[in-house]
Amino acid sequence: MTFEKIKEIIADHSGEDTENITLETEYTSLGIDSLTIVEILMDIEDEFGVTLEAGKIGTTVGDLVAKVEEGQA
Amino acid sequence: MGFRILGTGSAVPDKILTNDDLSTMVETSDEWITTRVGVKERHVATTETTSSLAAEASRRALADSGISPADLDLIVCATITTDNVSPTAAGEVQQALGASCPAFDISSACSGFLFALETAAGFFARGTVKHVLVIGAERISKLLDWTDRSTCVIFGDGAGAAVLGACEDEHYLVSELCTAGGSDVIQIPAYAGSSPFRVPSEHDRPPFIFMEGQETFKFAVGAMCEHIRSMAEKIGVDPADIHFVVPHQANLRIIAMASRKLGIPMEHFLVNIQHYGNTAAASVPIALDEANRAGRLHPGDLVALCAFGGGLSSAGAILKW
Repeated sequence: MTFEKIKEIIADHSGEDTENITLETEYTSLGIDSLTIVEILMDIEDEFGVTLEAGKIGTTVGDLVAKVEEGQA
Repeated sequence: MGFRILGTGSAVPDKILTNDDLSTMVETSDEWITTRVGVKERHVATTETTSSLAAEASRRALADSGISPADLDLIVCATITTDNVSPTAAGEVQQALGASCPAFDISSACSGFLFALETAAGFFARGTVKHVLVIGAERISKLLDWTDRSTCVIFGDGAGAAVLGACEDEHYLVSELCTAGGSDVIQIPAYAGSSPFRVPSEHDRPPFIFMEGQETFKFAVGAMCEHIRSMAEKIGVDPADIHFVVPHQANLRIIAMASRKLGIPMEHFLVNIQHYGNTAAASVPIALDEANRAGRLHPGDLVALCAFGGGLSSAGAILKW
């Protein structure tokens, strides 16, 4: 559920098809700039009620999902 | 005693620096700057000073208001790039205009014009002034590292001014000022001097504007949304009822994100960053002047001003035009 929603948000900002976004997808492969990452994080914060720091979200979508679930726990 | 804006004015240096010009100075491109910041060109001072820009914007605001310099009771200038600590930029404007009222500067980085407006509101509330000239003026180009492509492409020089006049009904409906402290996200240096006794510190940074882009972006969107939601609630309206938002012109994407989160369409945001870049304390009054001169503001319109920046500081106000 967390992953599905995060995938939608990332797809929305990056233009990438949701089918191509997996837990292993690296941010660098999405062709997005540093501000797009912040835009994605802010939408995720609103959706899940967590606080995220751009410098502390690892390198993959899976890292981000783990961070969000950790923040909700 | 309330007050309203009687007239506005603005002034920018003659020299226009385009993104293509900048791409010959640092490794950047029109496409990079346009997509990440939203700026196409900015004005950069060659012979102009912060005070000369402030004085020219003030002359235009006075002409628009029909008020003469002799009728001014106070001049407040918001700036972080005053030519001299003394005389102040406001003092130099006073002399240039031939006014005789008290004049002083205040500093709150990009939020400065809103802090100046609130300062003026205090004088009106005490009933000690009838006409106040409020200015935001910057020659920010002197604080930039022109070899740093992440900051030098963002900013521009300019000045904006508004003449405020006392009136019976209140047009300054609500305001908020916020200072969050800290220099980790944005730091704007002052003159360092060259004392032989000064012990270098590990906290010393080069004498240029420092900005952490991602954190600045997040702070800015959050501050804009919180101020506008909170101020709208205080006056009993929905954010979508605000006719125009005059945001600090720091980054087009900050404005776009705030628009989306607030549910206020982009057409309601007065945006001119593409022509001026970020002019710090001057950005809100320049955008306000452009809208005023274009006849976009009508009596009774709710106009929200909102700014954020170094400090970290942020501020907002809702005016009834």
